[in-house]
Amino acid sequence: MNIVVPIKQIPNLTDELEINGDGTGLDHDALQYVLNEFDEHAIEEAVLAKEAAGGTVTVIGVDTTGELDGALHTALAKGADKAARITGDFPRGTDSHTQAKLLANAIRSLSPDLVLTGVQAADDRDGQIGPMIAAHLGLPYVGVVTGVAVKDGKAIVHKEYAGGLMGEFEVSLPMVVGVQAAHQPPRYAPVSKVRQIAKTAKIDEIAGDEAAGAGSTVRRMFKPEAAGHAEMWEGGPEEVAEKIAALIKEKGLLKG
Amino acid sequence: MSNDVLILAEHLKGKVSDISFEMTGKGRQLAVAFGGKAVAVMLGSGAAALAATLGADSVLYVDDPALAEFNPQAYGRVLAALINDRAPRLVMVGNTSMGMDLAAGLSVTAGLPLMAYVNGLAAEGGALAATSQIYGGKIQAEAVPDGEACVVSCLAGAFPADAGRVGAGLVPALEQIASPVPLADLQIKFVRMIEPQSGDVDITQQPILVSIGRGIGGQENIELAQELAEALGTAVSASRPVTDAGWLPKTRQVGKSGLTVKPKIYLAFGISGAPEHLEGMRGAETIIAVNTDPKAPIFDVAHYGATCDMLDLLPALTEKIKA
Ligand SMILES: Cc1cc2nc3c(=O)[nH]c(=O)nc-3n(C[C@H](O)[C@H](O)[C@H](O)COP(=O)(O)OP(=O)(O)OC[C@H]3O[C@@H](n4cnc5c(N)ncnc54)[C@H](O)[C@@H]3O)c2cc1C
Ligand SMILES: Nc1ncnc2c1ncn2[C@@H]1O[C@H](COP(=O)(O)O)[C@@H](O)[C@H]1O
Repeated sequence: MNIVVPIKQIPNLTDELEINGDGTGLDHDALQYVLNEFDEHAIEEAVLAKEAAGGTVTVIGVDTTGELDGALHTALAKGADKAARITGDFPRGTDSHTQAKLLANAIRSLSPDLVLTGVQAADDRDGQIGPMIAAHLGLPYVGVVTGVAVKDGKAIVHKEYAGGLMGEFEVSLPMVVGVQAAHQPPRYAPVSKVRQIAKTAKIDEIAGDEAAGAGSTVRRMFKPEAAGHAEMWEGGPEEVAEKIAALIKEKGLLKG
Repeated sequence: MSNDVLILAEHLKGKVSDISFEMTGKGRQLAVAFGGKAVAVMLGSGAAALAATLGADSVLYVDDPALAEFNPQAYGRVLAALINDRAPRLVMVGNTSMGMDLAAGLSVTAGLPLMAYVNGLAAEGGALAATSQIYGGKIQAEAVPDGEACVVSCLAGAFPADAGRVGAGLVPALEQIASPVPLADLQIKFVRMIEPQSGDVDITQQPILVSIGRGIGGQENIELAQELAEALGTAVSASRPVTDAGWLPKTRQVGKSGLTVKPKIYLAFGISGAPEHLEGMRGAETIIAVNTDPKAPIFDVAHYGATCDMLDLLPALTEKIKA
């Protein structure tokens, strides 16, 4: 079974995000990049599927950060078999429609049985790539998935709705999945192993073609002007604990 | 192209989801500005009565056994055909578990731009501007489609729901049709619904919740939160990463794919305030957030906040409560 996992790095959201000079995008130079957390789950689910049903896992990405190799090496250390990078002049913040087109073309040439994308990445506004890749390839797509089991050319997927309700679907392969969570927490790859792999691993290069464009234009990017902001309590843990305890008491919520 | 707004209404287990009313209300307002009609679309099997609750100018109900349950492929096909047929100015889809399977694919098949994660929509002199909430709620982006027509996927809770319910003045024309496309050869087959497991405690029934996020650091610290919850006579709830890691059961998850809670006091410790989390707790009476990042979006919805380390705060607070 041929499993392909497109992966993507996004800015570390716990960092301060700055808007660029013309106010239409982020100032990408100031940012640290991390792998999208749902891609960690997609990699895990792919490796689990391979362990259960056999096959190969290929991780692939459009390198918009110049740092993608590190993420590809980590995925190899976690059990992926092959890695590929789509090359071309695609700056940070390249729109989803362009990336989906590039990925779909590259993935088509890999003849996948299963494409596992992350359900979403919180870094762009023109939609999730998983369903776009599926549309380009004419494949079925199910997203918000927390478990994939493959058997006899079919996948059983569990899709989450609100409140823990899940829908079970049976899908004939090939298909594209938007992974929300793997059915076990993503495994950890020791740094030493990643380093070792970085020395020897070969990353295939696939030349990217033209940009598709998002079809919409950002006029203005800004930090939310919140309707309200919390009243901030200064001080250390002792003082803050004091304030919280007082409020709980005031509301009559202390037991005993 | 027409000037109509096409709104995809969702329903699950015999209930129309609030997002459908939210989008219908907003869609009607936009349709007026465009000089068109707001057309709500519902897909189902024997569910015409549900469709009749939508307060649009007209409701198009597509009835087919293959649409009895949500099926991304069946829904995608029907919607693509309707868009092709009616060439609406604007297509509105929820940024929900269902809508997330559809919007981006439709954008490709219908060749229309998509603006996702939308929490603001305005028609300025007949032209549409959409505001998207991105980067985990830290940034807003206001964008305009390059052409006239587009698809938007809207965040739950962005628009008032009551504006989209059938009311006194408005009885929409209900049109029922069979599926305009064949649905017999789908690769996706709905098998069954899996009900949520019932938990040891029901977090929706607690007057106060100790809710923890990734800031808890690791499984070994969970007990700090548990001790506080015990002292308060309540339970620990959590954001998604905590339950995904298996540190707490799924029944404790608050948010979009978890539970919606409305306690008198919601203590949000080490939770950044991503839109998917806020969906489940913004209705709490009093929200107290503790997060080392002063720019965390949780502070925009919290009533009180502090930036100290939750790992120091938890034992300190437990002690104060016990005293
Ligand atoms: C379809 C879909 C559905 C989803 N459903 C849900 C859902 O139901 N519920 C949900 O919660 N999420 C859901 N998510 C995930 C959501 O997007 C976020 O990823 C998640 O809410 C982040 O959880 P968090 O705030 O705990 O973690 P993070 O965003 O990583 O935030 C951790 C926070 O802890 C702070 N911190 C770190 N250390 C400390 C410390 N020592 N003391 C104090 N603060 C500290 C950091 O500053 C940071 O703000 C969903 C996502 C998708 C795509
Ligand atoms: N540049 C990229 N390279 C590889 N995969 C990507 C890229 N962009 C998005 N993806 C995949 O699409 C998923 C959803 O991301 P997004 O479309 O940005 O919401 C990610 O989790 C990845 O699996």
